[in-house]
Amino acid sequence: MRKAITGFEDLSPEDKERLEQSGMILSSENRCGSFFQADQDVRHTSCTYEGIEMLPTAEALKKYDWLKDYYWNLVDKDKDEYTRYVAAQEPRGYTIIAKKGSKNIFPLQTCLYMATDDIQTVHNIIIAEEGAELHLITGCVSSHSVGHGSHYGVTEIYVGKDALISTTMIHTWGEDVTVVPRSAAKLEENGTFLSNYISMKPVKRVQMYPEARLTGENSVARFSSVVLAPEGSELDLGQRAILEAKGTSAELLSRVITRGGNVITRAHIIGGAEETRGHIECKGLILKDGTIHAIPEIEGRLTNTELSHEAAVGKIAHDEIEYLMARGLNEEEATATIIRGFLDVKIQGLPESLQRQIDAAIDAAEDGF
Amino acid sequence: MLNVENLHVEIGGKEIIHGVNLKIPEGETHILMGPNGSGKTTLLRSIMGFSNYTITEGRVIFRGHDVTEIPLYERARYGMGMMFQRPPTISGLKLGKLLDVMSGGSPAKAHEYAEMMNMSPFLERDLNANFSGGEIKRSEVLQLMVQQPDFVMLDEPESGVDLENISLIGKAIAQLVDKDRHIRNRKKSGLIITHTGYIMNYLEADLGHMLCNGEIRCRGNPREMLKVIQEKGYRECIECVKL
Repeated sequence: MRKAITGFEDLSPEDKERLEQSGMILSSENRCGSFFQADQDVRHTSCTYEGIEMLPTAEALKKYDWLKDYYWNLVDKDKDEYTRYVAAQEPRGYTIIAKKGSKNIFPLQTCLYMATDDIQTVHNIIIAEEGAELHLITGCVSSHSVGHGSHYGVTEIYVGKDALISTTMIHTWGEDVTVVPRSAAKLEENGTFLSNYISMKPVKRVQMYPEARLTGENSVARFSSVVLAPEGSELDLGQRAILEAKGTSAELLSRVITRGGNVITRAHIIGGAEETRGHIECKGLILKDGTIHAIPEIEGRLTNTELSHEAAVGKIAHDEIEYLMARGLNEEEATATIIRGFLDVKIQGLPESLQRQIDAAIDAAEDGF
Repeated sequence: MLNVENLHVEIGGKEIIHGVNLKIPEGETHILMGPNGSGKTTLLRSIMGFSNYTITEGRVIFRGHDVTEIPLYERARYGMGMMFQRPPTISGLKLGKLLDVMSGGSPAKAHEYAEMMNMSPFLERDLNANFSGGEIKRSEVLQLMVQQPDFVMLDEPESGVDLENISLIGKAIAQLVDKDRHIRNRKKSGLIITHTGYIMNYLEADLGHMLCNGEIRCRGNPREMLKVIQEKGYRECIECVKL
């Protein structure tokens, strides 16, 4: 029996809409579980799927003694002032454990919601045991009434042998909100990690550089980011994959549009083992004054690694616009059609429902092109 | 249908078209011939209304209206269409998505046309990305089938197309310009640039125009004109006095 998320009844209709824009389904329909944290208050945790356990991290640490080996294991507590700040708080956020062989057809949803101008902290731990397949969608949302607020999040992701974890994060923050996620993943043999990030709404500052360590042979990591930077946004977004074991591969893909915001889009692949492959694709469109600074780095450490990157930043070519105009689209329609295509990222291995959610989040921003 | 009067066109300050007159009645399809660099593509793109093609003198009358000053997309909506010789690649934009946008509320018809043009497997492909010569032409014809223009301009529809595809493309173009209908029932018109004349194996063109150095030097039976060019080259045309 699925339970609707509790704790959001007092939210305004505008905020409920913002939650939905971030991919949250408030009725929990087509979700196998939900987590809802408002500011520093965990208001709802439910998971009906047998084989998958989701609970607040504070509770999980009390329940499972072994979890301390996973806590501050991939992200260094002393990495920077933000991790130190999170470490000094009572643990918030969620822990998900997908037991051996489990597979959720409907994704879990987690919602991190900010209602006040304070600092929200979370520490999430996501574990997929051997052969498990776990799909998660996270909506990060601030109330439309929030002025200045900050979100510091630590997420540690463990992809076991033959396991798959997909995380899809859709940001709907406010224009004065600062967001500093610190995430890292570790992959064992034949593991797959898909990380998708979508941010189409104004936000003051986001700084993140999630990292995947591919420690098990033949494991695969794919990062995809789709970002629209309105005026006033300062985004410093990176993705790093470290290919530490034989036969591992990574693909880092980003599509960035600025409408006056400043974006640094970083990507780094380190080929450190035999028969490894990696590819980076950074594409940026500047629609209005703003900057896109693409920094793709590929670092090969031995002969038998194959790394490549392509990066392109610029405006929409005029001949593309006129081509569509010759088909009867006016300039605005032609431009929007090209941009929508530019942002169209199909993620291999992602359930159809999550792909639709990503498409919908991008479609909803179409007026902002 | 189309009446081009004393058209002068500049690109980057240099005049390329020097006073062209061209009349294409409803239901007729004409052929435009001429050596490389004579201004054929420029003439088509000026009629269609692309930027960078500055009309300094003359007019384009389309379906009785002076469209010289109206923007490209309005000409398209008013019934003009064009097949591009080398269309741009638009990464991310799927051919199917473009057809959906173009066809508004009735994408089913677009899918039927895609089937006809053997383009169904390409609907999920980025527009023109790594399309072969034949695939580009099939995609162009497909888009025009969805657009259904009253007057269509085709820039070398047979170039880079193999024999199998040329038959498919040729027949589809004949339909686009109503050549599959009885002469009395033809409403659509066309203007086709061709070097080889292969397209005329699939549709009987009504008149040929020879463009040299930005001027139309002669008009006549297109097959006859093509035969002369095949035998003697363009030398005679270049030396020929202006009509």
